[in-house]
Amino acid sequence: MHELGLAQGLVRQAVRIAAENDAKRIEEIVVRIGALAGVEADLFARAYEAARLGTAAEGAALVLEASPVEVRCCICGAIGRVEDGGFGCAGCGSRDVVMVAGDELLLVRLALSQQEGTDDGDTDARDTDDGGWGADHV
Amino acid sequence: MCEACGCAAHLEHQVNAEPGREAVRHVRDGRATLEVMEHLLEGNNRAAEHNRAHFATNGVLAVNLMSAPGSGKTSLLEATIEALSDRYRIGVIVGDLATENDAQRLRAKHVQAVQITTGQACHLDAEMVHDGLHALDVAALDIVFIENVGNLVCPASFDLGEHLDVVLLSVPEGDDKPAKYPVMFRKADLVVITKSDLLAVMDDFDPRRVEAHVRALASETPVIGLSSRQPATLAHWLAWIEDALRRQRGADRIVPAQGSQIGERLG
Repeated sequence: MHELGLAQGLVRQAVRIAAENDAKRIEEIVVRIGALAGVEADLFARAYEAARLGTAAEGAALVLEASPVEVRCCICGAIGRVEDGGFGCAGCGSRDVVMVAGDELLLVRLALSQQEGTDDGDTDARDTDDGGWGADHV
Repeated sequence: MCEACGCAAHLEHQVNAEPGREAVRHVRDGRATLEVMEHLLEGNNRAAEHNRAHFATNGVLAVNLMSAPGSGKTSLLEATIEALSDRYRIGVIVGDLATENDAQRLRAKHVQAVQITTGQACHLDAEMVHDGLHALDVAALDIVFIENVGNLVCPASFDLGEHLDVVLLSVPEGDDKPAKYPVMFRKADLVVITKSDLLAVMDDFDPRRVEAHVRALASETPVIGLSSRQPATLAHWLAWIEDALRRQRGADRIVPAQGSQIGERLG
């Protein structure tokens, strides 16, 4: 049951990045969990409910992306998903494969806001050049 | 697969060439979306790299032993110390939820041993090992064994800064453990079947099935058998350790585990 520790770590990570970007609020946290990452998504989601309480991430929704296991075959070069723990190549059946996806445990994306959760004050939001967030840039 | 570092993070990582940096930011109306792509265990992985650097500076080989409770990790270490301590200086960091029992058993063999009691935590993490290292005179050691908390699930997720991962499986546990705990067994650099003296009375355990289950995980990890009570059966294990130490100190320094978390390669 290491999901709680991981969820607490995620909250710290998200709060730090939000602070570095002068955000007032974290609206959404997107995490990718590989099927072989050793983390149960349901347990992780429940642990997050506890971990976010009393932090700057308290109002942030957690979105979990599942990442299935994919292998690339060293014999025929095919890339395919593996199901039910069978690591063979879907193309030629070879077991000479390398995993190309499915062991990730990644903070993918954060949706941040400069608006306070409850009041509408944006008093100091326009001060810094980068912190202004006014311009539409990608 | 990422061509920059060989990790399994696919395409996004190639775009965000600097992991840990918020490479792309989409902004509109005081709202921003940051593409982060940072490992959830970023902090742990940084501490693990720190530990690994500490081992490297001192020319020390670090081996992480993992298994279910009662598979014989401490017994194997006792037998290993008996066999190798005239040639190599061995230290042990041992994790348990409670008691100093294992460290006391190992100290009785005249090696440095530090016990980490994790309380309720089901695994060791890199910070705990870091604290443990401070209680050892690492410069005076050749090999550090990290005896993880008995658990085939959680320890697999935490890089401790070790060079090699060894997963133990004792004969009474059954030969299908690799199929039941694929994440752990994929992480292994060596699978050791322990208590092989019990094969004589447990004829439903077939070491060849263990190996077949490991191969089914697309792993080429060697599988060996031994009994800590029969020193003659330890030859493969001891040779593997000595070879690892030679490699760690030689030109082809060990690059940590192929089956390990992508995060350590990201970071």
